[in-house]
Amino acid sequence: MRIDARGLHYRALNEKINQFILKGERTFHLSHVNGQRFIGDGLKGKIKITIDGVPGNDLAAFMDGPRIRVKGNAQDGVANTMNEGEVVIDGNAGDVLGFAMRGGRVFVRGSVGYRVGIHMKSYKEKVPVMVVGGGARDFLGEYQAGGIIIVLGLGLPRGEPIAGYMVGTGMHGGVMYIRGKVEDWQIGKEVKIFEIDDSDRKVMRPHLKDFARTFKLNVEDLLKGPYLKMVPFSKRPYGRIYAY
Amino acid sequence: MRFSYALPEFLVERDLERCIRCKVCVRQCAFEAHCYDEETDTVSVDSSKCVGCLRCVTMCPTSALIVRQNPTSFKENASWTGRAIKDIFKQAETGGVLLTGMGNDRPYPIYWDHILLNASQVTNPSIDPLREPMELKTYLGSKPDRLDIKKENGKLTLKTRLAPQLELRMPVMFSALSYGAISLNASKALASAAKEFGTYCNTGEGGLHRDLFQYADRTIVQCASGRFGVYRDYLQAGAAIEIKIGQGAKPGIGGHLPGEKVSEEVSKTRMIPVGTDALSPAPHHDIYSIEDLRQLIYALKEATRYEKPVSVKIAAVHNAAAIASGMVRAGADIIALDGLRGSTGAAPTRIRNNVGIPIELAIASVDRRLREEGIRQRASLVAAGGFRNSADVVKAIALGADAVYIGTSALVAMGCHVCQICYTGKCNWGIATQDPYLEKRLNPEIAKERLLNLLRAWEHEIKEMLGGMGINAIESLRGNRLHLRGVGLSDTDLDILGILPAGR
Repeated sequence: MRIDARGLHYRALNEKINQFILKGERTFHLSHVNGQRFIGDGLKGKIKITIDGVPGNDLAAFMDGPRIRVKGNAQDGVANTMNEGEVVIDGNAGDVLGFAMRGGRVFVRGSVGYRVGIHMKSYKEKVPVMVVGGGARDFLGEYQAGGIIIVLGLGLPRGEPIAGYMVGTGMHGGVMYIRGKVEDWQIGKEVKIFEIDDSDRKVMRPHLKDFARTFKLNVEDLLKGPYLKMVPFSKRPYGRIYAY
Repeated sequence: MRFSYALPEFLVERDLERCIRCKVCVRQCAFEAHCYDEETDTVSVDSSKCVGCLRCVTMCPTSALIVRQNPTSFKENASWTGRAIKDIFKQAETGGVLLTGMGNDRPYPIYWDHILLNASQVTNPSIDPLREPMELKTYLGSKPDRLDIKKENGKLTLKTRLAPQLELRMPVMFSALSYGAISLNASKALASAAKEFGTYCNTGEGGLHRDLFQYADRTIVQCASGRFGVYRDYLQAGAAIEIKIGQGAKPGIGGHLPGEKVSEEVSKTRMIPVGTDALSPAPHHDIYSIEDLRQLIYALKEATRYEKPVSVKIAAVHNAAAIASGMVRAGADIIALDGLRGSTGAAPTRIRNNVGIPIELAIASVDRRLREEGIRQRASLVAAGGFRNSADVVKAIALGADAVYIGTSALVAMGCHVCQICYTGKCNWGIATQDPYLEKRLNPEIAKERLLNLLRAWEHEIKEMLGGMGINAIESLRGNRLHLRGVGLSDTDLDILGILPAGR
């Protein structure tokens, strides 16, 4: 199903998509998308949406299963509290990507903004995965409670850091793999930095394989370091601040 | 146990003539204040462990126990009270942030006790609710600015599309009490009572346990900064969605549910691993402005196809009126205000006791501000934080609230004795605990009946008070401040409350 989003308010566009889903339509190609918010918001099931243009904030918020491909950049709040599904962005993405995301996968070919992966969590079989091709800004993985964040640092301009500061502040679960240099002053006091070993490569490989296939890259190149691994000291970073 | 300079808060006395050494007190006290020695066949007590919940006193079959304030006290000092000294001892001994439970217990003015209701005499007859119909039904949600009515073939039809509404049998709902902070049996009692009575309960931020989905049509589901248990089916199940920005007991800070309370069932409901701390950040990281709030409100409305009202709950703080105006403009259908005396399962003591403003002043100033801006109809106003009885409710409605949330009153109905140790997870009354041994003390069926009794009693009292004022519908009381008079209040207080002093 092709939908021309030109001139449509987000409410009209999303209502249209919803009406077609109720009729059994499962594949959508949205053209001329220009800032419409909440695309894919709260959708559930095997649905595929391809987007030409730049979708607005909260793309795939509360989404539970569908797959979205953005042939361009995305704005803020992508995959907000997403439970399951996949979002692939060919360009860059803005701030608060994957906030409180509990499952599914987000691939961004380019770079991402501030407060990315905040409070990502995992639960039983649900392990959310985020792979960022370029770099990320401040507060990456703040309060991270689960899941995997991989930042590859591909094609960053010379001198541009792969991550900002306050990385992993308040982190209490999950893992971050950063393919580049992160200094001690950039990270929160709740995390520690390790070198990676084969078991880490094993964790990353399937996701990087899919990332490489999606964006026509070489997985072996992506797996080559130097990677840093960041994990929290404790599942309970603030367990000792109270007087009982 | 570490040695402490702090004196025991309570003194537990046992009448040895009455005591039959049945050991009920030993079994009932999760704090292990009572101890049985088999060799000597005696029951002894360690008063320093007593929290004053009165469980042992209530359960003792021979009334052999008395718990009272420890008469031993520090030398009298208006500044250095026993409490002040004890707090310092505790912090010097632990280096920790002081924790407490329930609502603010400091002697701030309770304005409800300085506001008096009116009654009809001679000129406007009072109404007897026993014989005449009395309407307490309340609808919460955005109301239209105007109604377009079309007349076709002599038939009138409403053309205006109404926003989704919650329908309450009376303007009292159960406040946000999260599963995790309270036990599943307590949650069940609240949810089933709300459904049976025809009001709503609120999940708090702990998600909706699978056993409670059957009450979901009478449940307001919360979406807080930690997003625990928040997913599509949860949002779609609820009757309304509430974005929790703040809480009266701890404005401006987040919440830490300690790992010990994250049991198997809590973990399933919050959708986090067993034993991890459930950390709710202070802000929502996707909300740093009114515009961002609008974005989350509409993300939730889109996710539920505009079928449910969206509430936004804030703690009543100094500039609540301006914030509320922004919330209404951001698209909130319901504004929930939680005042200074709002309760909690756990909060840092200094925050609970010192941050926020009384709910009475917040209701009056928010209602006035929204009316002045001509947007009062766009959102309903729900007040929370320290409603102890039906008269408080009636006064709140007259001040401008559409409905109130009750938390502590509901817990007390179930057996809570307001001992303020909820944060330990060892509630002897089976309410604020995840310990299966303690939890089974609360029978959800009996607790439900107690809640229903409370609601029915308040319902009748509210009708009596309305009837006395010569009013037969709660709608006629809403924002009707002429029925209120202040006593013992300053001119400024009266001005903010928008009421006259008694006698004028």
